[in-house]
Amino acid sequence: MTIYAFYAALQQGLVYGIMAIGVYLTFRILDFPDLTVDGSLPLGAAISAVAITSGVNPWLSLVLAMGGGFLAGMVTAVLTTRFHILHLLASILTMTALYSINIRIMDGPNVALLGRQTVFDGVRSLGFPSPWPELIVFVGVSAVVLLLLIWFLTTELGQAVLATGDNPQMIRSLGVNTSFIIILGVGLSNALVALSGALVAQHQGAADVSMGVGTIVAGLASVIVGETVFGDRTLARALLAAVLGSILYRLAIGFALGLAFFNPSDLNLLTSVLVVGAMITPSLKRRLFQR
Amino acid sequence: MITLTDIVKYFHKGSVNEVFALNKISLHLEEGDFVTVIGSNGAGKSTLLNGIAGTFSPDSGKIEVDGSDVTRWPEYRRAALVARVFQDPLLGTCPAATIEQNLALASLRGKRRGLGRGVKAADRIRFREELSRLQLGLEDRLLDKVGLLSGGQRQALTMLMATAVRPKVLLLDEHIAALDPKTAEQILGLTKEIVEGQKLTTLMITHNMNHAITFGNRLIMLHQGRILLDLSGEKKAGLTVKDLLEQFYHAQGEELATDSLLLG
Repeated sequence: MTIYAFYAALQQGLVYGIMAIGVYLTFRILDFPDLTVDGSLPLGAAISAVAITSGVNPWLSLVLAMGGGFLAGMVTAVLTTRFHILHLLASILTMTALYSINIRIMDGPNVALLGRQTVFDGVRSLGFPSPWPELIVFVGVSAVVLLLLIWFLTTELGQAVLATGDNPQMIRSLGVNTSFIIILGVGLSNALVALSGALVAQHQGAADVSMGVGTIVAGLASVIVGETVFGDRTLARALLAAVLGSILYRLAIGFALGLAFFNPSDLNLLTSVLVVGAMITPSLKRRLFQR
Repeated sequence: MITLTDIVKYFHKGSVNEVFALNKISLHLEEGDFVTVIGSNGAGKSTLLNGIAGTFSPDSGKIEVDGSDVTRWPEYRRAALVARVFQDPLLGTCPAATIEQNLALASLRGKRRGLGRGVKAADRIRFREELSRLQLGLEDRLLDKVGLLSGGQRQALTMLMATAVRPKVLLLDEHIAALDPKTAEQILGLTKEIVEGQKLTTLMITHNMNHAITFGNRLIMLHQGRILLDLSGEKKAGLTVKDLLEQFYHAQGEELATDSLLLG
């Protein structure tokens, strides 16, 4: 692996780490497997790219992208809680609809951002050489997201979110409207995924309607690899592990694709094998030690 | 304090699995009434309590709690007035949360939850004091996850949580049935202390006739979705298990008699 490939994997791991935090929120905390993310990642990218080409400040475009992601998550959660559509199916429906919506937003399948202002320009103008501006922005945004989310989950409302995933019957009997909490949580998760998508678009210089394919699998890979390698004893640790898992996942993929044997198109196969491997390791270990 | 008027509830209405769960039940509880509820399986005891808690809306009838018509209120809204303890000790607490987090969740029952700290320093002192009353040593384990506790400890904690905010009505759905006999007695003692100490309006389902007679000031027996027997005061005080069983078999015997008539 070259140093350039290493930096690229590190950057990708960090920027998709924000998406992994979102996936952790639904998949682990709310116990709500949410495939909306395959649509809300390009949604965030599309909103940010179109906003920037229309002259909006790149930082403000991130906020707009998060708003769009929140709405997308809300749609999935409302379909599930109010109309009792199975969460997986509801999220697939939203994801499918988002494909068309994203093309509408971009007025085409992609929008190029070459030569446009991005969030990295501010840091670059301070005199940092590549790849530092990107790394500084990604680490900064991830840290803010992590700190805000950890703080939120210790508040009265945040504790109700945790309890909704843990024991919904109990928290309803304590007066919490679990439908509202799920709408809030899934919305928040997709806002983070859209934020991740917006940063990816600004980083690679384009938003593309197909950039969301496989997002959920990459997110799950990050969460599971993170848990397996870094542990999940406390909530803060588990959330940080999702980001570190994302970096590890991109490094592993970068390393594997660097081998002569693999083609870039083998990415999906490698990812699936990695996730399956991480998921069955605990039970394999148990069986091995029982003998 | 609580008034049920002609509550009717069918499950799976119109299908082959139709169950007539509650048959025009009317019941009025005065403030401070401690009512024990008995009846065979399928008599409608849990359905009655679930109906008060708001797990479902009745097909017809009216439910009033503390002067408010709550018939169409969803479960989470009724929680401001109604507290409950389930049979399964796992249902009443959050296993992944700590003891203090569980108590903090419960002390906001029916209140707005905002962005204040989930567990406040002042809460901890109060929690420790309340937990020490259980004499289970939980006051020194505030930061332990509830998943680590035994069923009895969890049920004791659930009792504390249900009454952390004084409820207008407390519903106990066979809350000691899943515990070993010794633990069951302890939780029952705790129940008596809390309910009688705070004069809480309470409905307690039990399968133990002895408990049904010795606890509370009123006893109702349900059968096929109706209240078959409603005894309070002197009448309840003079009751023996034998009397109760006789009444119980009498009710079931009637059913058998009609069946054999039909089949004969």
